[in-house]
Amino acid sequence: MDYAVQQFLNALSFGAEYALIALGLAIVFSIMGLVNFAHGEVIAFGGYSLAVVGTILTGNPLILMGFVLLACVAVAVLLEKVAFRTVRDADITTGLLTAFGVSIILQNVFLLLGSPRPVAATQLIFLDRTLWLGPVQVSSLQIYETVATILAIAGLGLFLTRSNLGIAMRAAARDFEMVRLCGLRANRVVSGAFAISGLLAGLACIFIMARRGSAAPHMGFDPVLTAFVACVVGGFGSLPGAVLGGFLLGFLEVGMLVLLPQSYGGLARAAVFAMVALVLIWRPDGILSPASEKGDKI
Amino acid sequence: MLEVAGLKVFHGPIEAVHGIDLAVGQGTCVSLLGPNGAGKTSTLGAIVGSVRHEGAIRLDGRDLGRMAIEDRFREGIALCPEGRRIFNNLSVHDNLRMGAATRRDAKGVAADIDDWFARFPILGERRDQSAGTLSGGEQQMLAIARALLSRPRILLLDEPSLGLAPLIIRQVFELIAELRRDGMTILLVEQNASAAVEVSDRVYVMANGVIRRAGAAAEFGDGSGLMDELTGVHA
Repeated sequence: MDYAVQQFLNALSFGAEYALIALGLAIVFSIMGLVNFAHGEVIAFGGYSLAVVGTILTGNPLILMGFVLLACVAVAVLLEKVAFRTVRDADITTGLLTAFGVSIILQNVFLLLGSPRPVAATQLIFLDRTLWLGPVQVSSLQIYETVATILAIAGLGLFLTRSNLGIAMRAAARDFEMVRLCGLRANRVVSGAFAISGLLAGLACIFIMARRGSAAPHMGFDPVLTAFVACVVGGFGSLPGAVLGGFLLGFLEVGMLVLLPQSYGGLARAAVFAMVALVLIWRPDGILSPASEKGDKI
Repeated sequence: MLEVAGLKVFHGPIEAVHGIDLAVGQGTCVSLLGPNGAGKTSTLGAIVGSVRHEGAIRLDGRDLGRMAIEDRFREGIALCPEGRRIFNNLSVHDNLRMGAATRRDAKGVAADIDDWFARFPILGERRDQSAGTLSGGEQQMLAIARALLSRPRILLLDEPSLGLAPLIIRQVFELIAELRRDGMTILLVEQNASAAVEVSDRVYVMANGVIRRAGAAAEFGDGSGLMDELTGVHA
């Protein structure tokens, strides 16, 4: 029983991390139709800023966490201005290739300015302590991660349903030009979406750094790839779908690690993706794909 | 109020409108009639800034030609587009909020939204329902209300009767007549010539990207002959 609770918490925190990153991808995709593969490098940028500022300026973890969030928001908004704005109206593949290009350039910048080897940044490792909840041993990081993700999702939900900009973002996901015809500035809506994706990347970065204790050029790429799969499973462009897909992958991954015999542990990921393939055969557009035509009456 | 001079509209390399002039006076309703493909929607697109165009577009003497879509809206031009284009993933209330998104007077917006709910109780009853679940007629009323919530100086209506039942069409035109009586400046694009002529002060007839005829609405009688003329022009 204790073991099951432990694994449940494991799955929850894995899923939370994927959900955070998947939401960041989904919010940009829903508005711009852009799969932002450079999202991982936003996370890596947060990791490197933690390493630099943590070494040079301050060791105060609260200030550092705030700084990581700010750095990720800033770089996400900057990338939109510098790289993605020019291809906003271009074909979806142009956007995708631009995102890959930006991702590769940033990874190489990290390699050149940093090092191919991980750069230590251990200021947030204290978040990861062992706690005993009765007989169950858990990591404090897992609890922080799950709670922070739930709060972030709730906050995002409130923002998207209560604020004018949030409502405009949901409207833009359906008809961007009509949003502009309501007087809302396209740049503001798109920058807003990138800022939110940056904030979510920053949050994910804090937890990744607390677990890893070091920044590396490719540290964001793998989680983003998994989050991308989460988006596809949940239904690309659907925010609830991204959250569902993230948690589903988390549970599948932990479930496979637990259920498969140890000698087959290496196959856990393969088994997860096989199940993802089955889900996509069942629902090719993802579980909660936005029903774009539903209710269109001409 | 609104003056358009020498307006050419382009869709890619194709010129869809070939240098037209039209004017809409303050507090009047002007109809732009014509068959499919005449260039009516393109003309509205040029006025709101959503398609490439050349020529002058002035609102109270101020040139809008180089302004972005958002800025033209902020100058007071609101479009109720063809096919309504309501946000069917948002609630009825949120659609109306989008119409008023540039306004800063939250209380005024809430009061205006309540006014529309009083005017169309069915929208009020469904305020929290997804707008995509409304009937075509209800969606049209919502689209007009959304356009008016910004308190525009001029309202552009693109084929508001398209695809609606005769009873609903009558309601839409009653609303247009009421708006005109209240002093709203309206540019109405329609294929339903007789209904449009009835609510208009002035009529322009367009075909193949040019204005074929223009005059006071009275010159067009009840508009029924115009339908034949339009069909003839079209052929």
